[in-house]
Amino acid sequence: MADTQVESPKKQEQVGGRGIGDDGALREFGSNLVQTPGRFRDSMIRHGTPTSSRTRSQAIFTNFFLHILPTRTHVHAIKAMTTLGLGVATFVLFLLLCITGILLMVYYKPSVDQAYGSMLDIMHVVPTGRLMRNVHRWSAHAMVFCVILHMARAFYTAAYKGRRQFNWVIGMSLFVMTLALSFTGYLLPWDQLAFWAVTIGANIAQSPQELTDVLGITSWFDVGRMQKELLLGAHHVGQEALIRFYVLHVMVLPIVTSVLIAVHFWRIRKDGGLVRPRSADEVPADHATPPAKSPPGKAVSPVTSAPLKTYGLMGLMHGKTPAVNRELRNTISTWPNVLYVIGAVSMVTVLAMLVLGMFFDAPLREMANPAVPENPAKAPWYFLGLQELVSYSAFMGGVGIPAIVVIGLALVPYLDREKEDTGIWFSGAQGRRVALWSVGFAVVVVVGMLWFTVSVGWLRDWESTAHVPQIVITIFNPGTVFVVVFALWSLFIVKRTNSTRMGAIGLFTCFLVGFAILTYFATVHRGPNWDFFWSESDWPVH
Amino acid sequence: MTPKQDQLTGAKRFKTPKTRRDFLGLAAAWSAVVALAMAMLGAMRLPMPSVFPESNSRVKLGTPERYAVGTKQYFPKHRLWLFRDEAGFHAISATCTHLGCIAVRNDDGTFHCPCHGSKFDAIGNVEGGPAPKALVWVQLTVSPEGWLVADTFKEVKQGTVLVV
Repeated sequence: MADTQVESPKKQEQVGGRGIGDDGALREFGSNLVQTPGRFRDSMIRHGTPTSSRTRSQAIFTNFFLHILPTRTHVHAIKAMTTLGLGVATFVLFLLLCITGILLMVYYKPSVDQAYGSMLDIMHVVPTGRLMRNVHRWSAHAMVFCVILHMARAFYTAAYKGRRQFNWVIGMSLFVMTLALSFTGYLLPWDQLAFWAVTIGANIAQSPQELTDVLGITSWFDVGRMQKELLLGAHHVGQEALIRFYVLHVMVLPIVTSVLIAVHFWRIRKDGGLVRPRSADEVPADHATPPAKSPPGKAVSPVTSAPLKTYGLMGLMHGKTPAVNRELRNTISTWPNVLYVIGAVSMVTVLAMLVLGMFFDAPLREMANPAVPENPAKAPWYFLGLQELVSYSAFMGGVGIPAIVVIGLALVPYLDREKEDTGIWFSGAQGRRVALWSVGFAVVVVVGMLWFTVSVGWLRDWESTAHVPQIVITIFNPGTVFVVVFALWSLFIVKRTNSTRMGAIGLFTCFLVGFAILTYFATVHRGPNWDFFWSESDWPVH
Repeated sequence: MTPKQDQLTGAKRFKTPKTRRDFLGLAAAWSAVVALAMAMLGAMRLPMPSVFPESNSRVKLGTPERYAVGTKQYFPKHRLWLFRDEAGFHAISATCTHLGCIAVRNDDGTFHCPCHGSKFDAIGNVEGGPAPKALVWVQLTVSPEGWLVADTFKEVKQGTVLVV
């Protein structure tokens, strides 16, 4: 109290000291006002026009959204054949899905009574609703497609080796997340296809009963039933299932995916940037540095490759050898070179989705009817290969083989640790030969097995084995035969070429070819009752 | 690659604790991890339902007299086939044991599933296709007021009949 009494006259003095009529503060206010736009810009963007190396670096690392990029990038990284732009395209599709998804959420109602109606509203009443739904649908398909291609690119350029091992594992979990996002989104329209595809999916979750039944432990440890109940919140697909799938689709999975994407990007930086062949770092003759002076008797090999450590924020180098004028060799300024590339890929991706969305409508069948199954109830294309396997054995096709494939692929970097020839497509001519041979082998095996299964049949179709126990079919069916034959093929290649990398190429190629053929086969040649037809026009009329 | 880089990239594993302080620190850290894991497990109990929306699985099918010997009737809402023969009543669920589609009964009494081509004989045994087990026989009882009641969640042994 006393303090304020003492202070207040002083303040009045100060204010009065400027004198009334002396409009210094007012003038300052005016000039502040005039300069505000410029100062606002300066406070937001803390560097000058990016015209010099320094300001270009600053443009990257003082920007929250760009600082995930290095300030300088190796020239190899923006060559078209290095990545084919697939990672950026996938990320752009994810962003597009987030934006269109949020817009669709404005009208969508996750209730069995209203969901289908709100879909019709979105399609026919909501301004741009049809386009947004189409773009969402096409982007979802395209994202799965790009993720698979991106995985293949990373695999064939050996980008999973050395320090990049763990990022490959993160990538595998992102692959699984992408599929989970598609699957949960599939139920939301609440049409016939949605209902029956998810009924099948939920029963696949229950299929471990095939195993526990054989072991006789289903009565007290029914993991299949637990999984189904966790997924559906009920015994049948209904309101509980719809709200669970909705929560997973719009909240849980997008958050998990975003976090994994952030880690995935961050690890690219920390693991030394995009993979590049050793030849990309060769020293041009005129830039070669004289060999470092070394104490007698101790050989010091000159550094011939760019450092593994990524550049610091400013594009400065760490290391023990003096590297003046050498550290930034073969790099270009990220601003604007890399940003142009990213921008171009993004534009092409968005344009493609818009065009697809303009001209091709996402399908919507009649409203879900739990009493009448869709026949055939086909899942989206990327699950049709699995659906073919599921038609041999629910557990193996739906749980066993996918788990073996995903875990097997995730472990590849730990089993193939050869470090030569990273960053080169197929690791060179031998790898190309192995890949070609593997394509031929896988085509013969898969087509042959499918022909056999369709025209000759499998165990239960034959007199003598018509009543084999279920466990025999679970363990021995066309799907498991693929897995075993492909694994043996890859071991054969390892032995023949004496290289784990070649074996890995063989295995991955077989996986890709098997996936492609099964997907094609189930899409085109499977009809009602999951019978074989040459084309859809041969389907029986009913 | 040189051994030096292997050292860099290879796992720098935790050394085994040598001092009491190391041990106590590790014990504290692991206690926290276990506590968090248990809390997560507890939280995950929430989405496991204890009551199901379709918990009332008992269906009244009318008085037994409504069904003459030789009856074969389908109840679409309950996905249930009701049979009455000389021995008595029995009911077979039409839900396919493969992946939950609805099996169709053919004129000759056998069943087939349209989704993946499973085949069953007249009493539900697997005859072909991917189905892992026979169609479920559903429990039938007679309620105090004399009505036929099917409990679609209760399975009985194949061949069990209800004599009225």
